Amino acid sequence: MAPRAAGRRHPRVLLRRWGRTLVGLPPYAWLMLFFLVPFLIVLKISFSETQAAVPPFVPLVSWAEDAVLQIRLNFGNYRYLITDELYVDAYLNSLKIAGVSTLFCLLIGYPMAYAIARAPRTLRNPLLMLVVLPFWTSFLIRVYAWMGILKNEGLLNTFLLWSGLIDQPLQMLETDFAVYVGIIYSYLPFMVLPLYATLEKMDLSLLEAAADLGCRPFRAFLRVTLPLSVPGMIAGSMLVFIPAVGEFVIPDLLGGPDTLMIGKVLWSEFFDNRDWPVASAVAVAMLILLVAPIMIFQHYQNKSAEAENR
Amino acid sequence: MALPSAKPIVFSPWNDPDATPLIRIRGVSKSFGDFLAVNNVDLDIYPGEFFSLLGASGCGKTTLLRMLAGFESPTDGRIFIDGVDMTGIPPYERPVNMMFQSYALFPHMTVAQNVAFGLKQDGLSKKKIAEKAKEVLDLVQMSAFSERKPNQLSGGQRQRVALARSLAKEPKVLLLDEPLAALDKKLRGQTQLELVNIQDRVGITFVMVTHDQEEAMTMSARIGVMNAGFIEQVGTPVEIYEYPATTFVADFIGTANMFDGVVALDEQNRTVVDCAELEAQLTVGHSSGVAVGAPVTVMVRPEKMTVQREAPQDGLNSVHGVVSDIAYLGDISIYHVRLNSGRKVQVALTNLRHTSEQRLTWDDEVYLTWHPANSLVLVQ
Repeated sequence: MAPRAAGRRHPRVLLRRWGRTLVGLPPYAWLMLFFLVPFLIVLKISFSETQAAVPPFVPLVSWAEDAVLQIRLNFGNYRYLITDELYVDAYLNSLKIAGVSTLFCLLIGYPMAYAIARAPRTLRNPLLMLVVLPFWTSFLIRVYAWMGILKNEGLLNTFLLWSGLIDQPLQMLETDFAVYVGIIYSYLPFMVLPLYATLEKMDLSLLEAAADLGCRPFRAFLRVTLPLSVPGMIAGSMLVFIPAVGEFVIPDLLGGPDTLMIGKVLWSEFFDNRDWPVASAVAVAMLILLVAPIMIFQHYQNKSAEAENR
Repeated sequence: MALPSAKPIVFSPWNDPDATPLIRIRGVSKSFGDFLAVNNVDLDIYPGEFFSLLGASGCGKTTLLRMLAGFESPTDGRIFIDGVDMTGIPPYERPVNMMFQSYALFPHMTVAQNVAFGLKQDGLSKKKIAEKAKEVLDLVQMSAFSERKPNQLSGGQRQRVALARSLAKEPKVLLLDEPLAALDKKLRGQTQLELVNIQDRVGITFVMVTHDQEEAMTMSARIGVMNAGFIEQVGTPVEIYEYPATTFVADFIGTANMFDGVVALDEQNRTVVDCAELEAQLTVGHSSGVAVGAPVTVMVRPEKMTVQREAPQDGLNSVHGVVSDIAYLGDISIYHVRLNSGRKVQVALTNLRHTSEQRLTWDDEVYLTWHPANSLVLVQ
């Protein structure tokens, strides 16, 4: 083999090659051990059947009589997901809530990112700090804070009653509205940061060129800035959309009993029904559902990386 | 100073008192905070002219160009283009287009879309836009690449597209910001002449910013040499090389041997300068126009000197020294001659022969002489 021959001639080259492999190994080992293996366990359980025991599912591989190794794959859990409307509705509703939230994050995040990217250089980092600042507090505490704001005797209702705009408290907590507010609030930074990165590195002489060619500022924004920030918009949207689909804490704390999201269904299958096989099937189905947007994301990442390398 | 009288040059509207300038810059200054980038510049540029602003980086040439484009507004003074005061007029309403140093091609558009961009802003019909775009792409020989994206083009091709895009709207003035700086040396040489040809064909007034004197001299009808925000001299390439107005211009354009001295005699066609450094009197073939005793500088270009081993007969403008360094450049050689006073002088000789018989070598004693008409008095 050519590399080996080269390595034999130059021990340093061999050492360097091994060194690179060793440096690359830990992240792969980490991903294998803590992401791929658990996923395979979940995949295995999803093909099992529930039973009242510990663990609460039938092992796939077992010894039958006469030393016969038997593997039982149960596809019933997946069939159940399709036949029971609850799951289909939960999936669709999750996609809807995640989609609408992503759209609002984009509408709110774009002007924010734009303003920060065009602010004086010395102001940019402090402004970015402000965007990231909420992360310094626990996510759970911030969601609880929203409960305090949105509940019937909360800050917002008290203010609206005081100002005379309403004479009865609005039911905001335990509605889809609260879920939207929670998701948009929590995921906004994930939209702003990649958008900022794209807008900040944009060559401003392109805008000068547009102006020079007779383009008014707003049109220049539409025809130059906006198309060039598409990679950032896609990156931000994926970073918001993908985790929002599987979001559990926000719908559980802010949403009502009618708020149907797949994360909540998953939770209740695992912990309320103790039906691990169905819960696992739900998890696997969600992953498959999210593969498509992740692939789109990857595609655009590669494309923009390619464009930059030229 | 005796400038050559108006010879029958093909194109010289600046010598014509009746010609109307296309661009009039009047008392324009621009400061950024405490820094005065452009300092009280007056300049006229005529229709059809290829004008270059030449200077080292930071001399204010780019700032002046950006004020013409409308990206910067003057702190003081006014700019008129075709008789219209440009004060307060935004870039998108000015009859000028700019070719950017970075080319600033839109990366998400094809070559054809880039070129059509400006035309679309004018609200022309689709058919008209396509025709016009094709025409300018033909002009720069880039029609075959019209469906490519900028990142699929070489540097030279991008340069052509940028030129086509800025020409497409047929501006009254085309501004070029270091248009050839990103090209390698060989390609730059070709492109210089090509750009001049294109300018000739389209007849648009070009104003170019460059730091490369060779480029400016090759391409321009006139050059404005800038230094520290001032325009030191405006003139044709011949004028600024042969008759620099200041020691800065003499030194910046080409190489100059300069000797400080005081005027000993000033006549109509002759100035004699006492040069203490050379312990000699230098004779210059024109009047300096200043009083006897005034400090002046005598400038002689290296290629205008002759070298000989024997002492010259008449002794006019002759200095004696020893060859201390030789730079062989192929076509010419530069000899650094150390004079008796320790001062070094550069002499350029054309290498006419293959053989090294006649060639000077290190430590040769030589006499340098030059004709009075080939030197110049610069008043400080």
